[in-house]
Amino acid sequence: MSVITSDEIKTEFLKSRIGITGIGILASLIATSIVVAIIIPIQTFKEWNNPASWISFPKTTLPAWINLFLSEKIPEHQIIDRPAILPAEAGSISVISNQFTIDFDYDGYPNDFIYEFTARYHGSPLLEIDVFRPDGIKLDLISFSLPYSEEQVLHSERIFSTDESIRKNLFLQQEKYSFDIYGLSSEEIIFSKSSEKHPLRGSYVFAVNLYGVETQNEIIHSKFILGGKVFGLMGTDELRRDLAVGLLWGTPLALFIGLVVSIGSVVMGLLYGVFAGFKGKKTDEAMMRFNDVIYALPALPFLIILAVTISNSIFVMIGFLMIFGWVGIAKVARSMALQIKTKGYVEAAKLMGQKNSRIILRHILPQLLPYAFASIAISVPAAITTEAGLSFLGLGDPTFPTWGHILHDANVYGAAPRGLWWWIVPPGVMIAITGLAFVFIGNALDTIVNPRLKRQ
Amino acid sequence: MFGVLMGTLLVTIALVGSNMDIILKQGVSFQVRAELTENPAIAQSFSSVEEFESFIQSQIKERTRALGLDEPWYSPQRIGITMYKILILDFGNATFLISDSGSSNVKDILLEKLPRTILLFTTATIIISIIGIFLGALSGSKSGSKIDRLTSSFAVISSSFPVWWIGMLMIFIFAFMYQIFPARATPTIPPTDPSYVASLLYHMSLPLITIVMIGFGAWAFLVRNFMIGIMQEDFIVVKKTMGVNQKKIVYSHALKNAALPIITILALSLSGSLGGAIITEAVFDWPGMGRLYFEAISVMDLPVIIGATYVLTAFFLASIFVADLLYGYFDPRVKTGQ
Repeated sequence: MSVITSDEIKTEFLKSRIGITGIGILASLIATSIVVAIIIPIQTFKEWNNPASWISFPKTTLPAWINLFLSEKIPEHQIIDRPAILPAEAGSISVISNQFTIDFDYDGYPNDFIYEFTARYHGSPLLEIDVFRPDGIKLDLISFSLPYSEEQVLHSERIFSTDESIRKNLFLQQEKYSFDIYGLSSEEIIFSKSSEKHPLRGSYVFAVNLYGVETQNEIIHSKFILGGKVFGLMGTDELRRDLAVGLLWGTPLALFIGLVVSIGSVVMGLLYGVFAGFKGKKTDEAMMRFNDVIYALPALPFLIILAVTISNSIFVMIGFLMIFGWVGIAKVARSMALQIKTKGYVEAAKLMGQKNSRIILRHILPQLLPYAFASIAISVPAAITTEAGLSFLGLGDPTFPTWGHILHDANVYGAAPRGLWWWIVPPGVMIAITGLAFVFIGNALDTIVNPRLKRQ
Repeated sequence: MFGVLMGTLLVTIALVGSNMDIILKQGVSFQVRAELTENPAIAQSFSSVEEFESFIQSQIKERTRALGLDEPWYSPQRIGITMYKILILDFGNATFLISDSGSSNVKDILLEKLPRTILLFTTATIIISIIGIFLGALSGSKSGSKIDRLTSSFAVISSSFPVWWIGMLMIFIFAFMYQIFPARATPTIPPTDPSYVASLLYHMSLPLITIVMIGFGAWAFLVRNFMIGIMQEDFIVVKKTMGVNQKKIVYSHALKNAALPIITILALSLSGSLGGAIITEAVFDWPGMGRLYFEAISVMDLPVIIGATYVLTAFFLASIFVADLLYGYFDPRVKTGQ
């Protein structure tokens, strides 16, 4: 075994194209993780399993970019919570107007629309919603007074497009259409051309007016949701969760799991193997028998047993994965230590009366470092896929949106039979890309450490 | 080697034992309570509820003592009995699971699941190794060529995909988009039907294709790496300069020398294939050892877990032993005592 210095490794590594690619992918994954941690609020991560926080998102919708490939554009789900606010006063009557502008450039009707608001008022103000269509027609949707109150109160309400009074109001405006609108749903009527039943493109303005005789009325929170059939970068799942958020949060988690498990198990394996090899004789024999027992344990079944009986917290799982990871490395490290032990300088160090720990740390371990780095890189993908596999079986930590957990949900809700490809493909591709980065780095390191693998 | 087997089983018992005891005790108390409360004659013979309750408690205690559950699982007596039973290959009866034929004997359950796993996973392993060895030899002998690059990159890419995810995709594409193969791998007709074998093979094809597709790349890559090492040896170079046919060099001289590590890996992966793959079997709904293991763990069925672990570990150790023997045959240098 020849000694390779770290400088040699660096220069050799920079020559290898695969290694550079691997480093590139890894760097972009790390960059993604950092960006995710900074940009996406930690709230979304904690609320991943809370259905209430995803209520305004659509259910199992395609990713929005799908429209680029379609000639008939599918309406996109739009959540507008910053309306244009136009306060106006007309004598003793105050008007608060919230206007939501929707650019509707699609060839299909939206699923529905929801207006959500919280108002502070007293008395009994009147709420009115009108639509100004791109062709100049104004439709009155609904007008009703909020419940009467002497004191100042906070009132929250959701108005759905399925509301019967909206439909009835629209039917009364039949004269604005040249075809029979009776029996259509309200979103179909609103977004239809006046001449025929076909979506009308253009900019729609939904105006919400709150009329009151006092000026203290205000709309605190006002949100308009247009229920579309496509949403976001990666679409949404059955539980209305934005898959892009889950996938992005999965990146730092996967890197964390993979790196901690592989570094931990390689360090454990190295120390164990080197110590056994260095000590030799009975210690070596006993330690290697113990190694054999762990080696003979079927890893995945035992991981499942441990996850079921002890805990499925992600940190405990990392520990379990380490327990099964160090065995092979210990074997190799031992045989390498046996070789190095016979070298003259180790003998000399022993004769000089140096401590065993010092000999191991100063003279033997540094020789094994290149091998250690290669095995860290090589064992990362296995750690990530094993964790993903456990999560897929439903044994992972349910509080973290890992890729395996997303696939588990996909499997539970029958994504494959229902053809929800955007729920199945991206998590697996992310697992593969992450694995690939480390396999590339590992292979590049491996060819440096074992020069015999080099291509002729 | 035997010690390793027993050690493995001890670890299994240690991990599952305490939970198993709790479940069994709960089962006993539930059973006793149900038996006593459902019989009005017994319930009426007591004057107060407290008296009845204390009678139930004493009955439960008696029953647990009769079953030997009053001692903790780590007591030498219970461990001794369990280990002795394992030694004489008596795995006892499963607590919850039953085989398809209705038997709750662990041996029956294992014997029923093992052939199915062998059918799928061992077949797949054999196909994988054959394709892998030839592809590896081919690309190893022409290192740097187009085939070599293709094999290497395929190996690297396929090894980073989880098999079960590819399985999900395959089901999605071939069972639902194009309805070529069935989505569930379990045949719907009973085993007595004459067309059962054909149906089983048909149901088997999708998982088999998936496993082979993901597996052979890694094999080819391993063999290629061994081959490259050997192709640089002096005796191969000499053969080349002597003008020996390239094919002959690769397949009879080089491959024979690469046989050692290949055999070890083959033996290990064959024995590993007997355990099936828990997740792959879950995805394809294949009723083999892997799924049995998963079911047993999820209901904490200790006898089945021990039985399955025993079979797996025993095969694993046997394959190491066989690989050692074959080592001696192929490489006389490792023979000792001669």
